[in-house]
Amino acid sequence: MNFKKQLYEGLLTKNPVLVQLLGMCSTLAITTSLFNGLGMGLSVTIILICSNVLISALRKVIPSQIRIAAYIVIIAGFVTIVDLLLQAFLPDLAESLGVFIPLIVVNCIILGRAEAFASKNGVLASAVDGLCQGIGYTVALVIMCVIRELLGAGTFGGGILNGGEGIVIIPEGYPAMQMVMPVGGFLTLGFVIGGFQWLSSRMRDKKKEAAKK
Amino acid sequence: MNGYMQILFGILLSALLSENYILVKFYGICPFMGVSKKIDTALGMGMAVTFVMAIASAACWAVDSFVLQPLGLGYMQTVAFILAIASIVQVVEMFLKKSVPALYKALGIFLPLITTNCAVLGVALVNAQEGYDFLQSVINGAAGGLGFTLAIVLFASVRERVDKAECPESFKGYPITLIAAGLLAMAFMGFSGLKIG
Repeated sequence: MNFKKQLYEGLLTKNPVLVQLLGMCSTLAITTSLFNGLGMGLSVTIILICSNVLISALRKVIPSQIRIAAYIVIIAGFVTIVDLLLQAFLPDLAESLGVFIPLIVVNCIILGRAEAFASKNGVLASAVDGLCQGIGYTVALVIMCVIRELLGAGTFGGGILNGGEGIVIIPEGYPAMQMVMPVGGFLTLGFVIGGFQWLSSRMRDKKKEAAKK
Repeated sequence: MNGYMQILFGILLSALLSENYILVKFYGICPFMGVSKKIDTALGMGMAVTFVMAIASAACWAVDSFVLQPLGLGYMQTVAFILAIASIVQVVEMFLKKSVPALYKALGIFLPLITTNCAVLGVALVNAQEGYDFLQSVINGAAGGLGFTLAIVLFASVRERVDKAECPESFKGYPITLIAAGLLAMAFMGFSGLKIG
């Protein structure tokens, strides 16, 4: 087990959103303000850690024929817990994320990690994997949120900073509304992934050159 | 009755166009990206999803109003719905395999994928949230599925061309596909004013 390697994979080489393209529905739908992105990212991270731990602990008990159904029930249980907690303690967040909290059940990241990692590895390694993938997911969401919120609403940190209004950077009337609409979601994710691929290909080239020398 | 028909028509139209499940509400993006490389497979996936969404809407409505609400178990909605959907998909798969092998062959590989399609669970949750009755739920499900089919088939035909076109190296693959989807979403924004009932 190697925490550094897992974190590196979760953040960069195997980032769930930017490389594996999992969990696109929530990535595109809720990344309209920093508050939403952080809330969604943290909720998914918590659920991912819990479900990874439980599935990994039960991996020898669950028969392989019905494992997917069993995983979904476990995940749905944790999602319900988080949903109820958010409704009780952070009603604003629960309202703005809406139906996308229960939809975490079908977020492919969680089922994907359960199938690809937790069902084959020990409890501690699975917990770390959940944490790292969750951080990778959250970081990708936050990047999307910052771009879309800045261009679409002209603010930074909406929902958290400046009493929930966010810090105004582009004055009212100038921001491009489309960026917080569905169109902006697709375009922003396209450009972010494109930029990410460009950066990683440059890094690869530099490494190759360094190796040649 | 006239008013009721109008409401039904409104649900149909908005689920199909102005509230399109993929391009406006972002449900079911994974299959939208995954299975839109060819028009044929896109059409197959769309049909399978429409079929399951209509049945799942009916079943989840029944589960919600006959089991969960009377017992005061509203908070178990997510768990109950996903279980209902998973078992429906399983049953549909077995039924098609036995009785309509031709259709099973056409839809076969897509059926297991549908369990984790957010559009199916999404439509069930929306039905419950909006308090739709049985007929409204089924129409919302079926129209949502048709909207999904419309979007995925349109997008597959765009994508067949995009994949052959030249573009910067780092934008090849998913990035350019997402940008193309963004343009399609922009076209669907034109329907956003549409509202009846």
